[in-house]
Amino acid sequence: MTAPQPDPALQPDQAPQREPAPQPDHALHSVPALHPGVAPQVPALSIRGLAKRFGGKIAVDGISLDVPAGSFYGIVGPNGAGKTTTLSMATGLLRPDFGTAAVHGVDVWQRPLDAKRLMGILPDGVRLFDRLTGEQLITYAGLLRGMDRETVATRVADLLAAMDLQEDAGTLVVDYSAGMTKKIALASALIHAPRLLVLDEPFEAVDPVSAANIRSILDSYVASGGTVIVSSHVMDLVQRMCDHVAVVANGRLLAAGTVDEVRAGASLEDRFVQLVGGRSHTEGLEWLRTF
Amino acid sequence: MVAHLLRLKLTLLRNGLRRSPWQLVGMAIAGLYALGMVATLVMALVILRNAPLDLAQTAVVLGGSAAILGWGVVPVVASATDMTLDPARFTTFAIPMKQMLAGLALGGLIGIPGLATSLVALSTVATWSHGVLPALAAFVGAVLGVLTCVVLAKVVTTATASLAASRRFKDISAIAFMVPLVLMGPIVAGIGQGLSASTGFLPGFARTLSWTPLGAPWSLGGDVAAGQPGQAALKLLVSVAALAALAWAWKSLLERALVTPPYAGSGRRKGGRLGLLGVLPATPAGAVMARSLTYWFRDPRYSGSLVVIPLLPVVLAFQGSQTGDFTSLGILAPISAFILAWSISADVSYDNTAFALHLATGVRGLADRLGRALACLAFALPVVLVFALGYSALTGDWAGLPGQLGLSLGILFTGLGLASVVSARYTVAVPLPGDSPFKKPPGNVGQTLAVQFGGLLVLMVLVLPQVGLLVAQVVTGNGLFGWINLTAGTVLGLVLFVLGVRLGGKWLDNRGPELLAQVSVNR
Repeated sequence: MTAPQPDPALQPDQAPQREPAPQPDHALHSVPALHPGVAPQVPALSIRGLAKRFGGKIAVDGISLDVPAGSFYGIVGPNGAGKTTTLSMATGLLRPDFGTAAVHGVDVWQRPLDAKRLMGILPDGVRLFDRLTGEQLITYAGLLRGMDRETVATRVADLLAAMDLQEDAGTLVVDYSAGMTKKIALASALIHAPRLLVLDEPFEAVDPVSAANIRSILDSYVASGGTVIVSSHVMDLVQRMCDHVAVVANGRLLAAGTVDEVRAGASLEDRFVQLVGGRSHTEGLEWLRTF
Repeated sequence: MVAHLLRLKLTLLRNGLRRSPWQLVGMAIAGLYALGMVATLVMALVILRNAPLDLAQTAVVLGGSAAILGWGVVPVVASATDMTLDPARFTTFAIPMKQMLAGLALGGLIGIPGLATSLVALSTVATWSHGVLPALAAFVGAVLGVLTCVVLAKVVTTATASLAASRRFKDISAIAFMVPLVLMGPIVAGIGQGLSASTGFLPGFARTLSWTPLGAPWSLGGDVAAGQPGQAALKLLVSVAALAALAWAWKSLLERALVTPPYAGSGRRKGGRLGLLGVLPATPAGAVMARSLTYWFRDPRYSGSLVVIPLLPVVLAFQGSQTGDFTSLGILAPISAFILAWSISADVSYDNTAFALHLATGVRGLADRLGRALACLAFALPVVLVFALGYSALTGDWAGLPGQLGLSLGILFTGLGLASVVSARYTVAVPLPGDSPFKKPPGNVGQTLAVQFGGLLVLMVLVLPQVGLLVAQVVTGNGLFGWINLTAGTVLGLVLFVLGVRLGGKWLDNRGPELLAQVSVNR
């Protein structure tokens, strides 16, 4: 049971081919050097030329990005931009066709178990083991991480209180509302005190009070040196919450940097629409006013 | 509007078939099966034309009553109702209630059960084609009868809709439905015996039924043919009144359902009970084992197969009681060892994308495999031991016990090892989490069959030594073979178990993301 395992390095025939990644030919900004004022150090997440194709559709087309340690990083993009695919490849859930990802210098695809120890992941659009109660699910996540029972129990109690789920801790997750499900999944991602949190759409369906609670948890986490990456398409939220932002559309990186750099004086939403395009200015739906 | 609803139903059916050729194959098989049944019944009804009036009337009324009863009962227990025209989906459209009812009722006839029922019901016209009037009466009766079937089904599904939407009811009904399904053989045999013993009772029973809404529509043709138009008129009244009452009930239920969406919530419960997670060792493997065991009892897709195990001896004992020979009970231990061990071969497919948690937490493949296998072993081992000992106690054949145990334990351990390898690499089409175990699973049927049969072949080869030793014991009658079997079966099985868990764990470490991508296809 505890027999030494061979290094879980990839089998040669299954390793992604490391060919030079296709370069995005119209990226507005190249990947910025580390933000001035942050001491030069290993980025919390560093991805290089990540690309993924699903059948005939190129979902992610060579994205490179450095997320500085200690930053609150927002990734924004329209629906189907490739945010979830990129984050899945960066966190070891989806094997990239090309490119690499490293968490605090640990290659996610060469040393997955070490990299995953550093990360807390909230994937979007996956099921949970929802026949467990909320309390059991967080405990399960902690025990899977190899934590001892006492630590898990203390942290589960803290997390349930922080997420305002104490009253429903014994309810099966399958009976939770969408927002409660999101919160319990977030709690399972936090239990092992990771150095990097990757949260895909963490505020979807979460009520404003809980969202504020979660934000203050994340803020103090960042203040104490942790790194948070959130994906979202709510620009307002990202502008208020994050210090860095990357704009992704059609599987490419359009802009990246501090929020102030990217929005360049305008609001993030206007800048986003400008970058991504596709705003329709037609005088349509005249009849909608004819009721 | 009625035509719109019917066209919608047809479009939904066609688009459903277009999704994959396998859907078409499934529909074709179901259609052929139904066609065979319909052809047989139609033929029987045509032949009944030349039978004595009494006999024909009894058969038609009993058959028709059974049809109405079936339409009322099956939608509830199967919890797999066709919800393509779920009235709740029309809430936001302002459709007049009358037209909606008519459209939904006729829509209920589209599909294999509806068409089959209509065809068979209409062929009662042939049975009573002794003259124009009886045939006409039979036709009116058939139309009324089929409408009663459809409307009754609608009343029942609408009434139980909020009940059926609750998870607890779904879970329980799915498991409860397993019981009559497994006991089908004994039940059918019992009914057959009962019927043949009471042939004299049937005509009277049919006469009584013909005065109830169940049988009234089906008796019209026969009554007119027998020259009792007055009786037929009264029964017409009964069936029209029943249909009207059902339609009224449906309408009022629907009116209420449209403004009160089903509430599926359950009470809030505070925590503090970790269940098995607090009992088993606080290691990754222990946690996986606790989670799997919890699922064996809480997820109907797992507990459905648990319910089968205690019913197996019942079925086999029934067969034994028919022939007086109980040796068939000897296969109980090896068969249940096989069923339980093989049931974890689709474990990751059952997890569906919840498997992402294992991937995200970086749990080692070995711990994942070991936890799942031990969870199954935790109750499979006692079950196999009890069945093997019970068989020897029942037959007094204690000399055969070591051999039987050797084979059963060999199958159990080998099967668990092999299943650990299979589920680490291949996914199969299984019902999604939260779905009824009887729901047709989405996904590639071809791969499922290939994986299952391939796995079974490998398992048969792997347990050949134990089978050979058992045969040798039976042929030579030498008890030594039994003891060799017990030792060899256990040791070989354990070796294969360890190898399987290790190999499966290694594959899982290497190909976890690919496995997640495979299960993500069906979600």
